[in-house]
Amino acid sequence: MDLRDLWAESLAGMLARPVRSALTTLGTVLGITTLVVTLGIAATAGNQIVGRFDELLATSVTVDVPPSSRGPLVSWDAPGELRRLRGVVSATALAQNEESSNLVVTANNLLDPTRVFGQTLAVVAAGPNLPETTHGRLLAGRFYDAGHVARHDRVVVLGEQAAAMLGITRLDHAPAVFINDRAYTVIGIIGDLRRERVLASAVLVPPTLGPDFGLKDVTRVLVATQLGAAELIARQAPLALSPSNVGELQVIAPAGPRRARDGAQDDVNGMFLILGLVSLVVGAVGIANVTLVTVMERVAEIGLRRALGAGRRHIAGQFLLESSLIGLTGGVIGASLGMAAVVGVAAVRQWTPVLDIRLALAAPVAGALVGLLAGLYPALRAARMEPVDALR
Amino acid sequence: MPEPVIELTGVCREFPSDPPVRALSDVDLRVEPGDYLAIVGPSGSGKSTLLNILGLLDRPSSGSYRLDGVETTELRDGARTRLRGARIGFVFQSFHLLPHRTVVENVMLAEVYGPHPRRGRRARAEQALEQVGMGHRTGFAPGRLSGGERQRVAIARALMARPALLLCDEPTGNLDSRNTEAILDLFDGLRAQGLTILVITHEDGVSARAGRRVRIGDGLLTEQG
Ligand SMILES: Nc1ncnc2c1ncn2[C@@H]1O[C@H](COP(=O)(O)OP(=O)(O)O)[C@@H](O)[C@H]1O
Ligand SMILES: [Mg+2]
Repeated sequence: MDLRDLWAESLAGMLARPVRSALTTLGTVLGITTLVVTLGIAATAGNQIVGRFDELLATSVTVDVPPSSRGPLVSWDAPGELRRLRGVVSATALAQNEESSNLVVTANNLLDPTRVFGQTLAVVAAGPNLPETTHGRLLAGRFYDAGHVARHDRVVVLGEQAAAMLGITRLDHAPAVFINDRAYTVIGIIGDLRRERVLASAVLVPPTLGPDFGLKDVTRVLVATQLGAAELIARQAPLALSPSNVGELQVIAPAGPRRARDGAQDDVNGMFLILGLVSLVVGAVGIANVTLVTVMERVAEIGLRRALGAGRRHIAGQFLLESSLIGLTGGVIGASLGMAAVVGVAAVRQWTPVLDIRLALAAPVAGALVGLLAGLYPALRAARMEPVDALR
Repeated sequence: MPEPVIELTGVCREFPSDPPVRALSDVDLRVEPGDYLAIVGPSGSGKSTLLNILGLLDRPSSGSYRLDGVETTELRDGARTRLRGARIGFVFQSFHLLPHRTVVENVMLAEVYGPHPRRGRRARAEQALEQVGMGHRTGFAPGRLSGGERQRVAIARALMARPALLLCDEPTGNLDSRNTEAILDLFDGLRAQGLTILVITHEDGVSARAGRRVRIGDGLLTEQG
């Protein structure tokens, strides 16, 4: 038998009852759609999470410097050394301790001198390139520079939240804050500190003012690296910062980007995958059922085909191909609906849809396989029929 | 003398029901090429059982059946199927046309399972339809044809694969007398072209047109003059 004839006979068999065939595909359509949507949304959402957090996460290296009785382990100039490493974009030293974390900061409002705002805030000494290293954005004014540092200028920059708590929103009147009864001029407000959220509620001071608050030694070094360089820099940083105390520095490097993506996908419900698989099984049972009914209805046709010289394998092949075609149709429709849904969801969420071409190809194949499996028993029944019985 | 198309020797067919039914007992039959043979007998006499065995749709319980000189009782299922497809054309009382296919597609079905080329199949089917006087109905659905027309389409399908033997089980059983006449005229024409035809019937008018008549009763065969 020519394969094209087998194909034509099966197609004709399927199209002989188009409504029934269409209804029979429903279970497979549902199953494949669910699977494609679940996997597609997982890939799309996973890509989003990575896309949004990746760059910051993957380029942030932090070195914790423990206090030491032998003097500072890392000097304030050390980040400058670090910047000479390939792959380092920016590095900033910070100092913060228990004592400096709970200082009463007051601001007096020049417009209403009777109102005094007092808040317990953290004071952090930080190098002048902190905005660069943390991707922070100045909401008002400016950050202090090397000149301020060198001149021991009594200037501070407020984190966004700290400024809000102190009631300072505008800098045009050169507001001052008082800490330990000393006045400091606020020259800037910094926001968007996603990398170091704690700094949003901190008062940032130049390193040269640190001793006012008991902040002499560097406690932390923040490093921003180029994409992909984080791992290497994490290994090299301790040596560059403090060649003789390499073992004492603690490096916090980002998790690899792949892990972030996997984690995001794991979050997306296995429930939906199970649901899709269950629908597929239901679809398979539906196809098996209808194919069996079809076989029983077409006993006379089977007898006729046997009389015309069809062997058992020809009969089995035809019914198998018919059920596979139904499954394939369900798979194609399901894959299309699923993809459309993924694109739709992505459009609503303003995500970039991620459509895996392998998924697009595998889904119809899976549908055909479901149909093939479902057709096995009915096809066997059809093939086993004796021609005399079938023609009676 | 040429080889007989059919040679049955001592063929028995028993059905293992309770009690067992002996539908054919010790049947001998020779059919020569070009014979036009009618098998007559009352209902339940074993006519269809005999035809099924002759058509390789069933196996005898014992005895020998040679088709074109080939001993068929020892053949395996696949070989019997191929032989059936290649050598035998069937015409059934109930036509057995596929309702969802056109007339010409039904006829073309005869070549689907053999070693026939696809090329020219439609033309050959149309030619077979022409031969039975149905060339003007090729695109019709079988449901729109009369009984006589349907049986002619079924005959065209049986002729399509160029069989050596045409087996007909009550071919006119569902037809009125006018259509019966048309079918019998068709058989006369086919017989004149050298085809071997074996017709099962319980109608005397049908058996009268055949060259040879064999009566079957209670599974026993008797040749009639
Ligand atoms: N599969 C079967 N099982 C049991 N008995 C059968 C079977 N097929 C036919 N018979 C019996 O064999 C006898 C001959 O049947 P059949 O050849 O169909 O008769 P006819 O075609 O002449 O009317 C009948 O008595 C029938 O009941
Ligand atoms: Mg009968």
